Formats: sequence, C-alpha cells, structure tokens
Amino acid sequence: MAATVVEKIFSSKCGRDVRAGEVVMAPVDGAMIHDITGPLAVRVFREMGGERVFDPERIIMLFDHQVPADSIPAAENHVFMRAFAREQGIHNYDLREGVCHQVVMEKGHAAPGEVIVGTDSHTCTYGAAGAFATGIGSTDMGFVLKFGALYFRVPESILVEVNGSFPRRVGAKDLILAITGDIGADGATYQALEFVGETMRSLGMAGRMTCANMAIEMGAKAGIVPPDGTTWRYVTTRRDIEAFDLASDPDATFAEFRQYDVADLAPQVAVPHNVDHVVEIDEVAGTAIDQVFIGSCTNGRFEDLAEAAEVLGSDSFADGVRVIVVPASREEYMKALRAGLIERFVEAGALVEAPCCGPCMGGAFGLLAPGEVSLSTSNRNFRGRQGSAEASVYLASPATAAASAVYGEITDPREV
Amino acid sequence: MRAWKFGDDVDTDAIIPGRFLTIYDPEELAKHVFEGTRDAFARRVKEGDVVVAGSNFGCGSSREHAPLALRGAGIRIVIAKSFARIFYRNAINTGLLPLACPETDEIHDGDEITVNTAEGWIEANGKRLPIEPVPDFLQRIVDAGGLVEYAKAMDTVETCTGSQR
Ligand code: SF4
Repeated sequence: MAATVVEKIFSSKCGRDVRAGEVVMAPVDGAMIHDITGPLAVRVFREMGGERVFDPERIIMLFDHQVPADSIPAAENHVFMRAFAREQGIHNYDLREGVCHQVVMEKGHAAPGEVIVGTDSHTCTYGAAGAFATGIGSTDMGFVLKFGALYFRVPESILVEVNGSFPRRVGAKDLILAITGDIGADGATYQALEFVGETMRSLGMAGRMTCANMAIEMGAKAGIVPPDGTTWRYVTTRRDIEAFDLASDPDATFAEFRQYDVADLAPQVAVPHNVDHVVEIDEVAGTAIDQVFIGSCTNGRFEDLAEAAEVLGSDSFADGVRVIVVPASREEYMKALRAGLIERFVEAGALVEAPCCGPCMGGAFGLLAPGEVSLSTSNRNFRGRQGSAEASVYLASPATAAASAVYGEITDPREV
Repeated sequence: MRAWKFGDDVDTDAIIPGRFLTIYDPEELAKHVFEGTRDAFARRVKEGDVVVAGSNFGCGSSREHAPLALRGAGIRIVIAKSFARIFYRNAINTGLLPLACPETDEIHDGDEITVNTAEGWIEANGKRLPIEPVPDFLQRIVDAGGLVEYAKAMDTVETCTGSQR
C-alpha cells in the first residue's frame, strides 16, 4: 500500500503497516533534554516511579538556554541535571557544545528513519536528517525516560514541493518564512510537512535544517526532508550506518500539496507579533532597529554567518544598533573562527557570544526594553519573546539581518 | 465560573515568559501568568475560573510551565476553538482539561459559564455550545488523573511492536 515517508517510518518501527490517523505506542530511538525543560522531565520520571532510564545511550543531555548560568536558579538546575546524568550514566554535553538541535544533528544523534523526541518544540529540526522528530512536554518525556516509548498519533503529511534557483541573497529562511505566511500559524497542526523538489535537493544541510526547524511555527508535528546523497554524506560521517532508500510513494495520500518556485522570491520578513505575519521586504524596509541578533537553531550555522559576513563586506555596523552574533555550536563557531568571520564581526562592532540560545528566547541575555525594535534570524517573534512585551521583533534571513545592521534600519540585502 | 477571554494564537511565551522558566512550582509560576500580556489576570483570577480563547491556543514553545502556571492560578479548564498540539498534550498530562469548542466567539470576557463535560456542552449567555469529545487514548490518561498517575501504575508498556518496554 502506498505510504508517505512518515507512515513508512512508523510502519518500520512497528513491524506492520501503519497509516496516518492511527495512534501507536512507538519505541523511540533518541530523546533530547536540556536545561530548561529537563529538570521537570526528571522530576516527572521520578514521580512515575522511574529508577533507571530506559537506555542511557539514547538520551542526549545538554545545556543551552541559560548558559553560562544567568541566575542562581539556572545554576541549580544545571547542578541537578549533572547529578542525574552521573547517576544514570548519561553522557552530558553540558554547556560546551551549543544549541540542542544543532548538537543533536552534528554529533550524529539523528538519522533517516528514526523516531526522536525532545523536550523542545524545535526538535522537528532533525527532520532535515530524514528522521521523524517531534517536540514533547516534560511529562511525556518523563514517560519516555522510564519506558523508551511514547504514544504518537501518526500524522497526515502536507507535501511541499520547491523548485527553481534562489536569486542572489535570497535563501532557505526566506522560503520557509514565505511558506509559514501561506500555511499560517496553525495551518499544519497535527500534520507533518514533507519538503521535496529540486530546490530542497540543492540545499545543503544548513538550509534544510532552517526549513525543518520552522515546521512547528505552522503547528506541524514534524518537518521532514527525505534523505538523499547530501543527507547520507552528513549522517555517515557522524555515525556508523548504512544508507538506504526512504521516500514517499508517488501515489501516497497527502492531506495537501503545495508548490513553490523560488526564482522570483524576494527577501521575506515576519513582522510583530506573529510568525505567520510575513511580508516582502519592501513593505517594511526603512524601519529603524535597535538590535540585531544573528544566531539560534534556525540560523546560527557557519553558512548563515558566512551569508551575513558576505553582505557586511568591509563595512561597519551602524552606530546605535547592537549586533549580537551567537554561533549555534562550538563546531560552527570554530569554522567561522577559522574562516575569519568572527574577527570581521567583532571588527564591525558586533558582540560575539559563545554558542547558546542567547537572545532568542529572552532568557539569558540581550533582552529588549519597552519600545525597542529587534531584527532576529531566529524563529519566533511573539510578544515578549525577546524581553519586554512592548518591544517588537522582526524575523528575517542572515543576509537581511546583516544589511539591516549596517544601515540601522530594515534593509533589502539585494540593494547593498 | 468566570470566563477570561483571549484571542487567537495565544502562545506559551505569552502565558509564561521565558525569564520565569527556572521556576517549576505552579503557585510561583502563577504569579507571572500572562505577565506583560494581561497583567490583571494573575491578580484577579479566582480558583475555578475558565480561560476561553480563539484558535491555536498554546502555540509555540513546548514549555510545560504554561499549563502548570494556569493550573497554579486555579484554572482547571481551557476552552478554545483549537489547540496547538504540544500544549494540548501537556495540558492533558498535567491535569488541565483542554476543551475544543468551535463557537467560542459566543463567549465574552467576564461571562458566567457552566461546563458539562459528561454531556459535552458549555453554557454561556443562555446559549448552549457543543464541545468536542477528548480522543479515547487521551481520555484514559485524563481518567487516571494525568500521565504521572497513569504511568505510576505500570512497570512496562506494550509497544506497537508487541514487545514490552
Ligand atoms: S535557539 Fe531559540 S528556538 Fe532554538 S532551541 Fe534555543 S531558544 Fe529554542
């Protein structure tokens, strides 16, 4: 029977044909917990009578949201999680490696066909590796820590086919913002987004991760890019695994089919205070900004920093604009360092911080005052997300962020 | 029960902002619930009040602090046209009952409302509005008193492969 990638993944997990709409108790291949949502998961695990976790090797633990500890309670959480890791024999990346989703991917914890959960809504990022990955709450994670399995309602899929070559300085972030604007913040609730087409195949892992990352902004349970040569090269250099074929059957049943051609795509901007309130850049060009954040699990990779640096050229950032650059991981930071990008950013006036979530969620640092305006390469612009509820956050690509930081106002990167 | 009315796309950052996420105690979280979005809420909400909203309630971050903050504030029921997926599960798991009702436009802020889950309706302004049933497998968790109670009673689960874990 014809099946989607997602149905195939669950069918192979369960050893029988599973179709969208079914509820299955599926074993999970990996479970990610971090400093914010982890402590609650551990408490729930204990309340459920948990003594030993199902398999310490399949648990990925790290700290990224409040690192280095920005408060005493944050430091206490870290201490609590470290003790749990030691007790259970879980490898803890602690605060050394960077943002959870980047680390899971680059350390090879996600591979095609796997079912992975994480106590973070952007766990859907690992769909870029061809995995079915979804964010869960801490109580569900307590259950997973105990049993290594969880209830899933197998989602229907929306097929998104993308063709054409991106114009200069337009890329994956502009594409996914455009899609988010079309589908809307709840347009894919309970469903999976499957990204296919020549444009997706031409994207490297960084761009695919940017797209899969934002599936949750449409309410989707998962975003998935079926594996191809690029995926397998990425995954097999990080872990011992044989490549296999995994794609939706041509006659599989999809909830919806959407087509995009990016050849004429303009830079996109999500305007305050909704991710799906997306406009073309000329509608907001000229808006004065106080802060620019380049980083996050959406756009904090080497490719993103290189894109920003290319637009920056030999310019300086505008006076009066605070530019905060946070590479998504130590690995990405080192690549940027070796390529001279970090030096360029610092020279141009940016604050470059160690890999972490940073200002993305308004917790650790870089908060906004009432009335301030920020342009961010991250994935959410909800009211209060990056500080004051009276601040405004615009979301855009690294190229748009760099151009805007140079001019002190939202600026079309194609025009600089 | 007093209805506190909200619009569409109420996100979990609005329910509890990121800077309070080191707090886990529902009562402490409740002091900051809707802080910056609707400051009067935390001060004036009463035990048993109901949050009523439009579509996509609880979108965004997977933080379970959101349903916990609402529970801490005395809210036991949230009624919305639709819920974001992770919030819906988190609510069920933590004992906050999410009820989907397509006609929440009929309910206004400050309305007195009556909820009858057994018969599947709510009443506001003299109008009876239907609510959608909670899916079977989640109802079992609700009946157990939340996922913790449900899981406590088990040593193993049977997975879809037929094996025990
Ligand atoms: S970078 Fe932002 S969106 Fe990504 S995991 Fe961190 S807080 Fe969440």
